[in-house]
Order: sequence, then C-alpha cells, then structure tokens
Amino acid sequence: MLKNVSLTVEGRGMTAIIGPSGTGKSTLIRCINRLVDPTSGEILFLGQDIAKLNGRELRRIRRRIGMVFQEYNLVERLSVIENVLTGRLGYVAVWRAWLRRFDPKDVDRAFQLLDAVGLGALANQRADQLSGGQRQRVGIARALMQDPDLILADEPTSSLDPKTSVEIMELISKRAGERDIPVIVNIHNVALAKRYADRIVGMSKGEVVFDGPPRELEDSHLLEIYGGEGWLE
Amino acid sequence: MSASYPATRRVAFPPNWPARIAVALLAIYVIYAAQTLDFTWARFITGIDHGGRFLSRMFPPNVAPDKLQLLYAGMTESLQIAVLSTVFGVALAIPLGLAAARNLSPAPLAWFCRGLIALLRTFHPIIVAILFVKAIGFGALAGVLALIVASMSFLSKLLAEAVEEMSMNQVEAVRATGASFLSVIVMGVVPQVMPRFVGFCAYQLDSNLRNSALVGLVGGGGIGATLFTAFQRFDYDFVLTIVLAIIAIVMVGELLSGFMRRLFQ
Amino acid sequence: MSVAAQAAPLRQWQRFSLAERIMRSVFYLIALIAIVWSLRSIEIIPEFLYDAPQQTADLFTRMWPIDWAWYPKVVHPALMETLHTATLGTILAVAMATPVALMVASNVTQSLIVQSIGRFILVATRSIHAMVWALFFVAVFGPGALAGTLAIAVHSIGFTGKFLSEAIEEAKPGPIEALKAAGAPPLAVLIKGVWPQVKPAFLALAMFRWDINVRESAVLGLVGGGGLGMALDTALSNLYWDQAGLVLCVIFAVVIGAEIATSWVRSRII
Repeated sequence: MLKNVSLTVEGRGMTAIIGPSGTGKSTLIRCINRLVDPTSGEILFLGQDIAKLNGRELRRIRRRIGMVFQEYNLVERLSVIENVLTGRLGYVAVWRAWLRRFDPKDVDRAFQLLDAVGLGALANQRADQLSGGQRQRVGIARALMQDPDLILADEPTSSLDPKTSVEIMELISKRAGERDIPVIVNIHNVALAKRYADRIVGMSKGEVVFDGPPRELEDSHLLEIYGGEGWLE
Repeated sequence: MSASYPATRRVAFPPNWPARIAVALLAIYVIYAAQTLDFTWARFITGIDHGGRFLSRMFPPNVAPDKLQLLYAGMTESLQIAVLSTVFGVALAIPLGLAAARNLSPAPLAWFCRGLIALLRTFHPIIVAILFVKAIGFGALAGVLALIVASMSFLSKLLAEAVEEMSMNQVEAVRATGASFLSVIVMGVVPQVMPRFVGFCAYQLDSNLRNSALVGLVGGGGIGATLFTAFQRFDYDFVLTIVLAIIAIVMVGELLSGFMRRLFQ
Repeated sequence: MSVAAQAAPLRQWQRFSLAERIMRSVFYLIALIAIVWSLRSIEIIPEFLYDAPQQTADLFTRMWPIDWAWYPKVVHPALMETLHTATLGTILAVAMATPVALMVASNVTQSLIVQSIGRFILVATRSIHAMVWALFFVAVFGPGALAGTLAIAVHSIGFTGKFLSEAIEEAKPGPIEALKAAGAPPLAVLIKGVWPQVKPAFLALAMFRWDINVRESAVLGLVGGGGLGMALDTALSNLYWDQAGLVLCVIFAVVIGAEIATSWVRSRII
C-alpha cells in the first residue's frame, strides 16, 4: 500500500496529510506508533529506530506519542476523567489503574486539561453520554495527558459536523502549539488542512506527491492528488 | 349491469402448511416416544393415585430436633461447597476466558483453551463428582472440585464470548498510550465486559447453590446425601423439609445476587 | 522581594461515593468471612490427596480397554431412552411452561396474586434439581423413563417459563393494542399478536433447553430415571469399569452430537 514513503517532521507545528481514501494516509500515521507494522524501512523517532521494537521498549515509545482517533475511541463505560487518566497508563503501575488510585498530581493535571479543552464541568459524566464533539475533546485531553513528544491525529474531524470540526482543529492546533508539540494529522477536508496546517503532505496511490506549505498548494496539485475532474470549485 | 367478482376469495389467514406439518410431526413423535418409553395410561393413573398418597405423607414437614440437626449440618456444608466453588470458579475462569478470546489471545492458545472449555463443559457435574470421589475420596472436597470445574467451564465460555463481542477500538486507544497488557485489560477490557460478567457470576452462584445439594448424592458432601437417605428410608416428611430449605436458600441466594448486581453493574 | 505563592489545593477525584464505598466494603467483608469460614470447615484429608494421582491412574487403567461388546444389548437402547426422555421432556416442559409464563408476564396478566403464584411455581421448579425431582417421581411412578421424563419436564418449567415470560414482556405493545382495539378476543390477541413476536425466541429457547436436557437425562438414571444413567449405575455398582468407560464415552458423544445438532439448526433457522 505505501510505497517508498520518506518523510521528516521536525519541531512544533502541524503537518497535514491529505489524499483520497485508501491511499495510505491512515496506514502512514498508524505506522508511526506501530498500530500497523511496516514491512520494511525505518521509523526514526527521537533519534531511535522504532520500526522493529517490541514489548516494553515499544510501550515506552508509545507513551511518548499521543493519538486522537476518528471514532474518538473512548472507553464508553468509564467517566470522562477516567478516560483522560488513561493517558497516564504508560507511566503508572497496574494496581493504580485497578484501584483508580492515581497520583494526586496526575489527577489535578487531568482536571486542568479538561478545563483546557472546555469540559471542566463534565469530569464525572460517563463517556457515552457525551456528544461527538465533546468526546473528541476528551480524546485530545487524553493525548495531552501523556505529555507527548508527538501527537498523531487520524481523521479527527471526519465524524463531526462542520462547526465542531473547526473547533476541534482549533483546539488541537492551539493546545499542541502552546506546549510545542508537533502534530501530524491525517485529514480529508482540504480547507481545514489549509487553514490550520503549517505543512501539507499530499499523497496519492501510496506515494507522496506534494510536500510544502499550504500557500503553495494549487488546484493542479489537488487534481494530481485526488485525480478526477470537475470537482474543484 | 353486472359487477365482476374476483375469481377466488382471498382468505384472511392462509393456512401455514410448513408449520402445520411440523406440528403434526411433533404430535406423531410424542405418541411414538411415549410408546417406546412404555408410558401407558394405566401406569400413569396408578402413579397419580400413588402420588396422592405420597403427597399426604409429605405433609406436614418434619421438624423434629434431630432431623433439624441433620438438616443444619447438611445445609451448611452445601453452602460452603457453593461459596468455595463459585469463588474459585470465578478466579480460574478469568484467565481461562481471557486466554480463549480470539481477539486478545494468540490463535493457537485461543483454540486450545476453547477446546479445553468445551471438554470441561461436556460432563455433567454429577459425573465429574463421581470421578473426583474416586480420585480423592468421599467428602465435600470432591464436591467442591467438581463444581469448580463446572463453574469454570461455564463462566470462561461466556467471558470469552463477551470479550470477543467487545469493541476493539476502545482497547486500541488504550494500547496506543503505551499501557502494559494488564493495564489495557484493566482500563480497556474490564469496563466493557464487567456488567455482563457480574451477571454471569450471579447466575453461577445460584446454579452452584442448587448443584451443591446434588453432589452429595454421589458422595460429594452436603445435603444431597441426607436427602437421598431420607428418600430411601421413606422419610417423606423430612424430604419435604429439606426441599423447602433448599428453595429458601436459593431464594436468599437470588436476593444476594441482585444486591451484587446492583453494586457492580 | 519575592512572595511565596500559595499553591491551590490539588483537585481530587473519587471513583465511588462514600455510600457506594461502604456498601462495597460490606460486600467484600461478607464475602471474605464466607470464604474463610468455608475453607476452615472443609475437611481435607492429606492422605487422600497424595493418593489422588495414583487413584486416577488406577481408574483409567481399569476403564481401558472399553468394553464395546456391551453396547448393542444394553447401551444402545439406553441411549435411545435418554434421547426420548430429553425430547419428550422438553416438549412437555414447553407445553406446561407456556401457561405459567403467561401468568407471570406483566403485559398479559394484571393480577398480582396470579403473578406471584406463577413466580413461585417458576422458582420452586427451578430450585429443585432435575435429579431430585427424579427421586420424587421414581418413588411415585417407579424407576424408569417415565419418572425421568417427568423430572426433566417439571424441572425445565422454571427456566423455560422465566425466559418465555421475558420474551412475552419484550413483545411490542403496538400490534397487541391494535388487535384489542379491533375487538379481538383474548385468545386471538395471544395467538396473532403475541405469538408471532415471541416465536424466534421461543424456538431458540426450546433448542437451548433440549441441549441442556440431553445432558441432564444422561445422568438421571443414576437415581433411577432410566436411560444411560441407569446403565452407568449398573456398571458402577458392579464395578465393571470398562463398561462404565463405555457409557461415559457414549454420554460424551451424545452431548457433543446434541451441541452440533443445535448449532446447525440455529444457523439454518434462526
């Protein structure tokens, strides 16, 4: 599916990957935190090749990478605050998770993050009682809870209405920016990509066909990426 | 001027021939089976007559002190058997059930565990009890072990099915945070399957309370032996006492299960 | 000049409210007491435990080779008897459970008394294991398949009736109301309004119960209920372990067969 993709992402800022469905955007993102395994090649993260790591070392890397999912992927039966605290699981012992006895500083930080995403009042609600936009905010808080060096977002707005999509992209952009965390986002809404990304990577048929700042993204590039005719305004 | 009538009258509820045939076959089978099993009307009538006299001998239930003593001893042992077999059955069913789930466990292990569960489930607790009695002798321990096997097989099968039906998306997200396997189970799997599992455990407790009265029939301890002896000695009024006690315990067990369910679901 | 800032107190979170925590602690305490009490009272005779592996090995060597010759004369008729007991028992159970289920279903019965009687019948039949019912029926009707079938039938009423009543209660009120509004008599409402909705659950339940009843029927003979259990009992009393081994194999086979049959039917019809 992915052919000879070579990308370097550095420093703060949002990189948006755009392209038609099935072209491998999601696969690319999921390779980074090894939810999908690459068949060959290297993934250098913080100077270390993580393509072949397993077990505890892989988990140590994963906890440095936060992820926001298209379907939010919250644990529905748990409360909002518990879902945010899930972000600390890579750092705490199992018994703390089982008894829900997290370090008070972690709990406080979780509350602060909930405030930062605008959900301070909903900490004790069960996750399945929230709207889509609210759930995604919790997802963002969970990713931030990991204090990550990188945030991956796999189509974070595809299940949301247009207004909420903008709010979510705004939130990701701001919060990650405040903390100097680079974001790699996989998105099919080109307008949102142009609005929030510092760099756009266009993929088509498993290969990178465009790589540059949003202002350089022309209609010709879009046609090359998405193919077809007559769909551009 | 003549109005035209439809050629055929439409029937409101047309006869459902497959269903009618099925019912007819069923009726024929019932008659055939009854004959093979030697159910004659005469036997039935004598039986009813006999049963009537039987019931009159059962009332009123026997509550003589020595009988109550026996009842108490037997029931406490049955209770203990039920408690231990449920507790250990649950404890053992959890790892077995998780290992048998095809979405959590590597394929060979999952298939092996499923096979093991199927094997354990095939034998009736009574048969397992007979085998344990032969292996470790008469007494409550054989009964406990037999019911642990029964509980384990039932609970682990249901747990494996519940785990296979859960959403892997939620689990994937927890995994992506770098959590260890156990942490993923605790925060990703348990919240999803816990309510159903608690229901299964409550049912198993109820089932073990009933079965604990049984294993004594073959030497596994508890009230079963007392009951069997009472039947053989024609102490039918004592039989009634024991039966009423069993019903009472089961009803109390149901209350307890309800309480447990409200707490943990 | 620096002023030490007062740190705001850390916000806290509890998973359970105080009331919930108290109740959970009470539950755990009761459970712990029950477990410790049971463990202490159970008699464990170490000699028997040490002996166990040897006893088990002994058992298996005695069972092998299996006495297949015994099959045609004794075991096969017993197998048929068991199957008939299970099937007939299930049919009878369903027939007897239906009125009780109707008594208990809250959307069919209004009277609380009738409901309570129905519930009691269900609990009583369920609490008494089929084998205990078999003891009773053997005492009344004499040993044999008649006692066994009735035992299976009566015991299954509890389970079947409960599930049936739940299925009835889950039936959508719409069609029932429509029929009542059209003036249909109660029986017609049941047959045409409730039954079509309950039918799939009914069939699934009947199959499930048949599968369980095959297992139960196989062992009822141990107390005189006929079928394979009686063959097993005879073999065990005479200490003919190879024959006992044969019966166990047949029981194993018939239970597996029943499960395969029910899975097949379920995938085809439901």
